[in-house]
Amino acid sequence: MPAEPAAAVRPDAELIAPAGASPGAWRLPVFPLSVIGVFLLVALAAPLLGLPDPHEQSLRNRFKPPAWEEAGSWRHPLGTDRLGRDLLSRIVWGSRVSLAAGVLTVLLASAVGAAVGLSAGYYGGRVDAVLMRFTDATMSFPVILLALILAVTVGPSFTNVVVAIAVILWARYARVVRGQVLTLMQLDFVAQARIAGAGAWRIITRHLLPNTLGTLLVLVTLQIGYVIIVEASLSFLGAGIPPPTPAWGSMIAEGRDFVTSAWWVSLFPGLAILLVVLAFNLLGDWLRDTFDPKLRQL
Amino acid sequence: MPPPVIDVRDLRTHLVTRWGTVKAVDGVSFALGEGETLGIVGESGSGKSMTCLSLVRLVPRPAGRILGGRVLLDGEDLLTKTDAEMQEIRGRRVAMILQDPMSSLNPVFSIGMQMREPIALYHGLRGRALAARAAELLAAVRIPSPVQRLRAFPHQLSGGMRQRVVGAMAIAAPPRLLIADEPTTSLDLTIQSQYLGLLGELQARHRFALIFVTHNLGIVARMCDRVAVMYAGRIVEMGPVRRLLTRPAHPYSRALLESIPRLGTRSERLVAIEGQPPDMARLPGGCAFAPRCPSVMERCRVEAPPEIPVEPGHVTRCWLESPAAGGASPGGAG
Amino acid sequence: MLRFLVARVLQSLVVLAIISVVVFVLARATGDPLYLILPMSASQEDFDNARRYLGLDRPYVEQYLSFVGRALTGDFGTSLRARRPVGELIGERLPNSLKLAVFAMTVSLAMAFPLGVMAAVKKGTGLDRTAQIVSVLGQSLPTFWVAILLVEFVAGRWQWLPAGGIDGLSSYILPGFTLGWFVVAGLMRLLRSGMLEVLDSEYVKLARLKGVDERRVIWMHALRNALIPVVTFAGIYFAILVTTAIVVETVFAWPGLGRLAYEGISSRDFPVIQAVVLTTAAIVAVVNLGVDCLYALIDPRIRHAR
Repeated sequence: MPAEPAAAVRPDAELIAPAGASPGAWRLPVFPLSVIGVFLLVALAAPLLGLPDPHEQSLRNRFKPPAWEEAGSWRHPLGTDRLGRDLLSRIVWGSRVSLAAGVLTVLLASAVGAAVGLSAGYYGGRVDAVLMRFTDATMSFPVILLALILAVTVGPSFTNVVVAIAVILWARYARVVRGQVLTLMQLDFVAQARIAGAGAWRIITRHLLPNTLGTLLVLVTLQIGYVIIVEASLSFLGAGIPPPTPAWGSMIAEGRDFVTSAWWVSLFPGLAILLVVLAFNLLGDWLRDTFDPKLRQL
Repeated sequence: MPPPVIDVRDLRTHLVTRWGTVKAVDGVSFALGEGETLGIVGESGSGKSMTCLSLVRLVPRPAGRILGGRVLLDGEDLLTKTDAEMQEIRGRRVAMILQDPMSSLNPVFSIGMQMREPIALYHGLRGRALAARAAELLAAVRIPSPVQRLRAFPHQLSGGMRQRVVGAMAIAAPPRLLIADEPTTSLDLTIQSQYLGLLGELQARHRFALIFVTHNLGIVARMCDRVAVMYAGRIVEMGPVRRLLTRPAHPYSRALLESIPRLGTRSERLVAIEGQPPDMARLPGGCAFAPRCPSVMERCRVEAPPEIPVEPGHVTRCWLESPAAGGASPGGAG
Repeated sequence: MLRFLVARVLQSLVVLAIISVVVFVLARATGDPLYLILPMSASQEDFDNARRYLGLDRPYVEQYLSFVGRALTGDFGTSLRARRPVGELIGERLPNSLKLAVFAMTVSLAMAFPLGVMAAVKKGTGLDRTAQIVSVLGQSLPTFWVAILLVEFVAGRWQWLPAGGIDGLSSYILPGFTLGWFVVAGLMRLLRSGMLEVLDSEYVKLARLKGVDERRVIWMHALRNALIPVVTFAGIYFAILVTTAIVVETVFAWPGLGRLAYEGISSRDFPVIQAVVLTTAAIVAVVNLGVDCLYALIDPRIRHAR
């Protein structure tokens, strides 16, 4: 008989433990939720926060470094930009733009996309084929190009950014929802509903849609980050939110030529983007792990 | 008596789950000789599969750990082997057939490739000799048109065929010990019978020891020389098939027999037995079957019974059989 | 298999047709280019002449059809701004964009594969956690921001690598890295989750039971199955690389398709805009087709299903 288990037994072959729900699945994702919460609060309460006017220029105060540096002061905690405008204030106001753009765009895209996906999945046949061709065509269209074109023709504006992105983004939702609907249609309850005399509208809204909401929620959350980055890229290129409205992307563009000397002008807006997008991505991951790990492909 | 092919002594494997530590295999011992077949019966969760995986040291990590015991294959203790040594042993000296033929074969590789791999590994064959050997093995498991089949992919074969392919891979070496973990559970009734016949033939030809895990006593009656009944990670009764099936000593075995499923059914819950299957993370002290046992005694709740011989070659873990309790139990009726 | 291919090609053509219409309409919608081309002093007659010369006075349908007709022969018209055949312009710029995209993609794949697979195999260890952090960060970083910082520090201050233009292999590194960063992140995570699932499967268990050596189990038996979603996404990412390139090309002064598009849009150069969008869409369509074929190659179930 073996004296001691550890001595007599060799360690097993290195294997992977059975995959169940991931360990973090049921713990609330504190970090992303708090980050998003803070940004949302700050964005909504911006006018009430007593910050310096983000548009106020002061050539005397240009390029003041952040408060902890030698030449800085706590009146401008994150420093000032090329025109002496307070950076912190501009970042706060910029968050309104980014968050609004992110949320509105995905809401719009998901609504349209879900409608298309539901119809394509439910009706099948010709309808499905046609809708899917459109979806494919849309997906191949470069978002930034389209937004640029719009910006140049109609002029850059918040609405244009939202529309330009949403017009391409819906295709993603349509694909995913359609896939889900196809699976759902195999299940018995749709056939039951039909037998009971339910019409298309009823089946789609009462039976199919609720079952896709989980997936939609996950996808929406994951996409907000993407939209924020695209909006920032557009502002960076000059085709997004027009000045003087503070937008993180254009702030980065403004600071571009002074990255070595006045590094804070480009750094902080970038950090803000990073934080927000990171938070949304982490939240989206958690949602996905909790509701439907099969969506790992998203 | 020739030495046993496989001699397991007090094997213990624990699994750490989110509900606690489960003693999946709790002191299992048995021995099996050449050409002999041992059936392992029990409900799901009784530790049958985990015992088999422990024999080849493929317990899922890091949750599972083999804690102790000895597994002697032709006298060599497998639990002291290095990973590299175990890799040599697997497939060559110990082979295993899994339950679900649909998922046992790699969907992206052809049958031929999956057959040639072990043959090349064990016998070092190449090229035409390799292909010929692969076709031979397929023929040995009675797959029609073996040469064409080599080019096929798993999804093009039926469940029964796939399981035969898995069988062919298992006897490629041929091994000293073949472990079959519920190989027919997922097959249709008629196919089941054919498959069992095939296994019997292969065993007669190659003389390997066969461990056959199942929850179906009918199969046990047909295929096995001896049978071990497992409950909550322990073997509660083990003995020659005829004896155990006609005069079971353990109350659990008796209950199983009283609710005999006919050959081919797949009931997981054994209807006649009162109570619930044990919560493996929270086993009561004493005999694990005590909460459900119709003949339970005070002692059972306190002390877990050791292996008590009923007759030569027949042991059981039940206080009813201890000399103090009066010896041989009444057979048959509970 | 052949039928499958033909069907897919037809689908791609339909998609391209739709895009060409959209592009045509959009380009027209960007406004009258004549205002940009003709000098302020031009008279109404000059406008009319120019319009007739450029064919802008014919009915839209006719313009569209002639556009399509010529496009099919590779003639995309003449750039209104540069007075050169657009085909030539594209011919100059496209290879640069493709080279960059291919470079970025290759490097990304080379990094994502080992990292993703090893993260799964060594799940729970430091390597795995690091990989996960890298992955989530990579998908959250705004590319252009990283690009600027890189240009400033790596190229500007420290002078390790060139800041822009095409100047030999070293100038590929910064823009390639910037472009490829988020591809690595995405693919690595996909590989990791795919491998985790596959490593748990019955056939992998059986392969181990057969005595196959662990390295082969991971890199052949398991990976082959985990590849399928990865291939789709690699295709999507490649397409994204080609299209997102505008930002990177601008920051790094890379003479590619993206910058051409930017210039074309700013100067309302219809032919250029149309051509660039069509080319991009064609590239995406070709890549998608390639991905579907790869799919069929990797997964025999798909091959036989058609």
